[in-house]
Amino acid sequence: MHKYIIRRLLLLIPVMLGVTFIIFTMMYFTPGDPARIMLGESAPESEVIKLREDLGLNDPYLVQFGRYIKNAVVHQDIGRSYTTRRPVVDEIMARFPATLKLAAMGAFVAVALGIPTGIISATKQYSLFDNIAMVLALIGVSMPNFWQGLMMMLVFSVYLGWFPASGFTSPKHWVLPALTIGTSSAAIITRMTRSSMLEVIRQDYIRTARAKGQVESVVINQHALKNALIPVITVIGLQFGFLLGGAVLTETIFAIPGVGRLMIESIFRRDFPIVQGAVLFIAVSFSIVNLFVDILYAFVDPRIKSQYK
Amino acid sequence: MSNVKTVSQEAQAQVANNVPNKKRGPWREVWRRMKQNKAAMVGLVIIGILIFAALTANIIAPYGYDDQNLPGRFQTPNSKHLLGTDNFGRDIFSRIIYGSRISLMVGFIAVGIAALSGGTLGAIAGFYGGKLDNVIMRMIDILLAIPGILLAISIVAALGPGLRNVMIAVGIGAIPGYARIVRASVLSLRDQEFIEAAKAVGANDFRIITKHIIPNSMAPIIVQATLGVANAILAAAGLSFIGLGIQPPTPEWGAMLSSGRNYIRDYPHIATFPGIAIMITIFGLNLLGDGLRDALDPRLKS
Repeated sequence: MHKYIIRRLLLLIPVMLGVTFIIFTMMYFTPGDPARIMLGESAPESEVIKLREDLGLNDPYLVQFGRYIKNAVVHQDIGRSYTTRRPVVDEIMARFPATLKLAAMGAFVAVALGIPTGIISATKQYSLFDNIAMVLALIGVSMPNFWQGLMMMLVFSVYLGWFPASGFTSPKHWVLPALTIGTSSAAIITRMTRSSMLEVIRQDYIRTARAKGQVESVVINQHALKNALIPVITVIGLQFGFLLGGAVLTETIFAIPGVGRLMIESIFRRDFPIVQGAVLFIAVSFSIVNLFVDILYAFVDPRIKSQYK
Repeated sequence: MSNVKTVSQEAQAQVANNVPNKKRGPWREVWRRMKQNKAAMVGLVIIGILIFAALTANIIAPYGYDDQNLPGRFQTPNSKHLLGTDNFGRDIFSRIIYGSRISLMVGFIAVGIAALSGGTLGAIAGFYGGKLDNVIMRMIDILLAIPGILLAISIVAALGPGLRNVMIAVGIGAIPGYARIVRASVLSLRDQEFIEAAKAVGANDFRIITKHIIPNSMAPIIVQATLGVANAILAAAGLSFIGLGIQPPTPEWGAMLSSGRNYIRDYPHIATFPGIAIMITIFGLNLLGDGLRDALDPRLKS
């Protein structure tokens, strides 16, 4: 098991190098001269030339990429913001907790709504509950979350005044953004739990459990659930990446000071080191979550654990 | 993007291994099963209406998409303007009808880009295996580490906003899903006897892949593509909503929603209707995708 975790951690290195390469390349070939962006339109050409030389912007592309990687690994330095001149790491770390909190709350909403609904739907297949839940789930998947956020803001902030429309400071501020970002994941998890559960409860060992006179609730909770949840865990892990990405839109709507909003603002300011850093940060967190999910697997499913040894 | 990826993985898992073999019969059978599925037919009708609206927008729309009428702006829905007018006095209903052109185009072209390039990569990886497979799939892993919408945002940030770049960005963001699905189904087909038979009669790799493998792995690809169009439309609307996508005055639903957002307190109808248009479209595509999945894999219909 330890070996497996270490191997997976080592495998993260080439993936992160690849992600860095892709993002670095895209930002490198984006039109616009970084030195000019930093100094502003009115700065004299001589200063721009000097800054370009100082920052090593005249070096060949691969040299610059190598330097970026070296600084990142050795000094944990992924550049400085063009506009604030502060280190990118500091800028992002200041915003990251809000994004992580938002994504985690979205995941909570998704799991807390999705798994129970999915289980009830599966055990009462084709019942009124199941039909309503499935239609709602389909609507949940179909709603653009930025629109849903606006509509909830309209109803619950503007009309009813129950929750504040923007900001992220108190628990009251968290409700609408968490629901906005979590709804479509909840819908996906509901559908996944239902279909996985339906598959499991048709298995022979469930019939055996029932045949020996086991109470239905024990059959579902003890025998079926554990096996049905395995594919659901994968989906939850993947959804976390979707939540981190979706944070961009939710943060924009509710004016939450997270990495997503920082990234969008930086794109409009052409502050590319920040954009690059933000994508890297989110990719790293997503990869770590997925690694964690894979390890969690082993605890849920002994068959998988035995493969790791 | 990652959103539908998971829906379709669910679909993919269910469709795999069930592949119609003969050319005409099975598809007729699929259609017969589709017709019995009410939800799928509702989806088909919704998509049919949308395609009709997109094709005939200049005939059926009561006004042009950019006909401004400043004295008549901010009208709530009334008999002259079914869905009211926006901040320039433009008819929202007409703009939504024209918007279906943009959304459907983005959806289909982005999925085309993703399915062609992802599918080709997946087919090569699955068919040849070994080192080539390893290299391609590690590249896909790298793309998968970046959440799709962020990848699309970064690409648009680099290329600049606009319809063409949005289609490219959303398409690239969706490549990994297709590569994985096609690879998985190629792997399950590669060692089957009819492929061996084709090799034995001297067919080359290109012919085997295009004539035997691809037609036989169409089922999961069709399901993924239907849901993928939904995803692409959502992603493009999201990009436009944050101002990085299709730019005004083009009547793109996400962009319309974004500009309506500024007036949400006093004139909520401006942002409401484009959102409903997106929702109905995605709803229809999801119904159709689910129906196709069930029709292509009847074993699940119990």
